[in-house]
Amino acid sequence: MSKKAEQSNNSSPSGKLDGASVVIINYGAGNIKSIQFAFKRLGVDAVLSNNPEEILTADKVIFPGVGEASTAMNMLQESGLDKLIPNLKQPVLGICLGMQLLCESTEEGNTKGIGIFKTKVKRFNSGVKVPQMGWNVIKDLKSDLFSGIKENEYMYLVHSYYAEHCDETIAKTDYGINYASALQHNNFYGVQFHPEKSSLAGAKILKNFLKL
Amino acid sequence: MLTKRIIPCLDIKNGRTVKGVNFVDLRDAGDPVELAKQYADVGADELVFLDISATLEARATTLDMVLHVAEQVNIPFTVGGGISSIEDVDALLKCGADKVSINSSAVKRPELVNELSDKFGSQCVVVAIDAKEVDGQWKVHLAGGSIPTEIDLFEWAKEVEKRGAGEILFTSMNHDGTKNGFANKALARLSKELNIPIIASGGAGNVQHFIDTFKEGKSDAALAASVFHFGEIPIPDLKKELKENNIEVRL
Repeated sequence: MSKKAEQSNNSSPSGKLDGASVVIINYGAGNIKSIQFAFKRLGVDAVLSNNPEEILTADKVIFPGVGEASTAMNMLQESGLDKLIPNLKQPVLGICLGMQLLCESTEEGNTKGIGIFKTKVKRFNSGVKVPQMGWNVIKDLKSDLFSGIKENEYMYLVHSYYAEHCDETIAKTDYGINYASALQHNNFYGVQFHPEKSSLAGAKILKNFLKL
Repeated sequence: MLTKRIIPCLDIKNGRTVKGVNFVDLRDAGDPVELAKQYADVGADELVFLDISATLEARATTLDMVLHVAEQVNIPFTVGGGISSIEDVDALLKCGADKVSINSSAVKRPELVNELSDKFGSQCVVVAIDAKEVDGQWKVHLAGGSIPTEIDLFEWAKEVEKRGAGEILFTSMNHDGTKNGFANKALARLSKELNIPIIASGGAGNVQHFIDTFKEGKSDAALAASVFHFGEIPIPDLKKELKENNIEVRL
């Protein structure tokens, strides 16, 4: 199924561009500018779009998200993007709330997610300050997304909810408990941290994503 | 483990840094973008820009500066100063600021904290509190510390947490500018009574002060200006010493 989609992607108008075309899904969830600038620093013009055609034909798709889960999910539903996202065949990277919305559900606003990752998102509840805000390490790295990234590399995180471990965990972080700071299911990738704000190591991860 | 954060603070007026900055490698010490890049390179964990511009025109310049910082700097940054509405915050976040800090405007209209955290999320709402200890009582001060109020620091901090603040930036006016160390007793009490991160500000003079505020003050982050701007405490050296004192930092 994914091979077929790749072929159709190759013949799409995005093939006209030099290098990979990157679309950042713009559905009203903030912090999009920072992601766009991070790609710009890598020499890539990422396009902000909520146009289904543009999203479907991009080589790479970024699914961002900052804010409250149920509000963000509502915005996705209003634009129909919640139905479009599961059908994407190219590499998709969910960042922060974007990753959480790709899970089955989140305790935040008691929200049903898109359900790509077979795990649930829960609120930190183990005597730690909430939100977790700042730099923490990622470890047990298991994906090409982390090629060239050393174990225990620091990433910038800001979040009150975390994804529980599942078979799709590709990075782990400790904050009161040990949780999934990155997930992968086929062409779908999700990172809880903000690569766009995580200095050179974060930039390296975005670069790796472009090569997937 | 989550690390303790080191945060240089830059005062901005008309889009330029105002406090004296003495960085050897800078071509233009008044250029906030260049200074911010330099700080990111030497290992600052975050940056705070405090806009002390007085006019609306100058604030437009600040937006432009924020855009350039976001374009070129790969660590998170907060913008504060003169923010009093959803529109102000929307404009700053759209230019790429990660967080905003509000101070007097929150005291004047506490609902602002709710409005901002509902609309943009707690994670980007920092409430800055300037307070002074008089006869054992910590009282909140407004307008850069010039106007005293009867509001108790700890009550106010708890209230803004309830209203949705994601973080507290506490500046002790008794310590600010003294270079005699942070207000660790008050900081530790804030940390104990609240469940959101606390940034210590005011009083940094040497490396031991940072060690003390993380150990005794239980601070989650420490903010300083002149000790960094004048190169009195190089950030790489500071972080190395913190690490040697068993304080988790990003190296």
